[in-house]
Amino acid sequence: MNRLDYSVARPAADALQVNKVIRNTYTLLSATLFFSALMAAASVMFSMPPMTYLLSLGGAMLLIWFVLPRTANSAAGLGVVFAITGLMGFGLGPILEMYLSLPNGSQIVGTAFGGTGVIFLGLSGYALTTRKNFNFMGGFLFAGMLVVLVGALANIFLQMPAFSLAISAVVIMLMSGFILYDTSRMIHERDSNYVMMTVSLYLSIFNIFVSLLQILGMTSDD
Amino acid sequence: MDWMKIGSALLILAMIIFLFPRAKQMLRDSPEAKPGDWQGAILPIMAVVGFVLLLIVMV
Repeated sequence: MNRLDYSVARPAADALQVNKVIRNTYTLLSATLFFSALMAAASVMFSMPPMTYLLSLGGAMLLIWFVLPRTANSAAGLGVVFAITGLMGFGLGPILEMYLSLPNGSQIVGTAFGGTGVIFLGLSGYALTTRKNFNFMGGFLFAGMLVVLVGALANIFLQMPAFSLAISAVVIMLMSGFILYDTSRMIHERDSNYVMMTVSLYLSIFNIFVSLLQILGMTSDD
Repeated sequence: MDWMKIGSALLILAMIIFLFPRAKQMLRDSPEAKPGDWQGAILPIMAVVGFVLLLIVMV
């Protein structure tokens, strides 16, 4: 006779699965962030040209759109995640170099780095401790991202600094929403994949860092 | 117009094209927010805005 009480065992199994996804996601995220920082440092050391940012980002996007969905459920997915985050980190080199050449550049980069860490840890901690379900934000966040992209496209031709600053501010708010949304998905969606979650959280962190750099660079006294 | 601008425009255009169907699907399928849900999301985001303002003052 099966004496296991499923009414108790099922929630316990779900909780174990959720904890496993959260642990795997944060472990992989830490490793990819470290790797990405190493690649960014290498890119700064080699003084890569500005075009590197565009090419690296383009390569990473192609991997995210075409390769990651096919490999996310296999061991190859891990390699793809490192390729994506490595490319994006390498692409950051020319941007970091530009900010580091400013009079208070190292302070701007350091503040943006620390600030991104505090924002990510704070929002993740909030979503994990309150265990609120932020799934309702999905449509709003994706629609907001589309509006921001259209605005960014227009600003390539308009070249308005104030508009660029506004776009960066909105990106930080949207990416903060994405961190809440993704963390909540890890808790509430049974079939969430830690490889996809890692890439999603990494993109939010990357965008917050770049936007924060831009805001601090533009508003800096020097 | 330089190559960086053309490349950036093409990359953003590709992102819009890839994101559009996902955004449409998400808008259609996302669950409705319950009373108080938005408040729970807006409060931490406003805290982030305050924190960024603090960083701006610091630098």
